[in-house]
Amino acid sequence: MSNLVSALDKATDSSGIAVIEEMGLQGMITLRGDLSAESVKIASTSVTGVEMPAQNMANHAGASGICWMSTDELLILCPYDGVADTLAKMHKLLGDTHSLAVDVSDARACLRVSGPNAREVMAKLAPVDLAPEGFSVGMFRRTRLAQVAAAFWIVDAQTFQIVCFRSNAQYVFDVLNVAAQSGSEVGFFK
Amino acid sequence: MLILECPCCGITAEETEFHGGGEAHLKRFGPDSEDKDFENYLFMRENPKGVHFERWRHNNGCGKWFHAARCTMTLEVFGTYSAQTYEPPKALCDAISAKRPGWSWGAFS
Ligand SMILES: [Zn+2]
Repeated sequence: MSNLVSALDKATDSSGIAVIEEMGLQGMITLRGDLSAESVKIASTSVTGVEMPAQNMANHAGASGICWMSTDELLILCPYDGVADTLAKMHKLLGDTHSLAVDVSDARACLRVSGPNAREVMAKLAPVDLAPEGFSVGMFRRTRLAQVAAAFWIVDAQTFQIVCFRSNAQYVFDVLNVAAQSGSEVGFFK
Repeated sequence: MLILECPCCGITAEETEFHGGGEAHLKRFGPDSEDKDFENYLFMRENPKGVHFERWRHNNGCGKWFHAARCTMTLEVFGTYSAQTYEPPKALCDAISAKRPGWSWGAFS
């Protein structure tokens, strides 16, 4: 068996105003189809144990979850070791419903930004209203971080989790560190 | 800077989350068409000072295409609407008329 490593092999930098971490291996399955179809709902909810999220929202429970990606796309999160089993279960539940479920775990990377200034670090990079009343727990946003596409949600009051393309992981890690460099607090949300 | 609302996912964001896709409501003329029609389709574009209709894509978001009506002079966005249509919705045209009486663009007014 080959030695499986994530994009940045859990790199961490806590030298700035927020802690930036690459999260390691995370199971991710892209599911495309008619989100109102019963079999699509069942395939998503039964393997993750969470409810179907509303538009632009996500539901999580530990390493599992469902993220609303677009009107016909979900991102299913599950433990990395269980992706093959999860995918097989989903294919069975989807049956002949017009849909596509694919393992994208190794095509993506997950990063976290945490600390009291996490919200501010994110706000420097994304064209999103990140005021606490504008973006809160449960919301899920696909947007850009500086020059690359990314999606993120809030894990708790001081933690953001990001999903980006694996090939962009180093860029995202570096640009987050630039946005979090020591002494760069703006204090906008305080 | 334009502030656009994606009619597909409902997100409102500034233009850097989107990508412009050129003029809206082009009618395609293919290989068997008249040369004049083909030339018009390929090269001739509206270039208005004022009301304009464009295609946009929410490329850093939900990934979907949509239409937008805006003013090229003030950058005011009058509205956005589905990509799956040949013409702007009546309600949007009326809203534009209220703000820019007498406007016309291509076949629309
Ligand atoms: Zn959208």
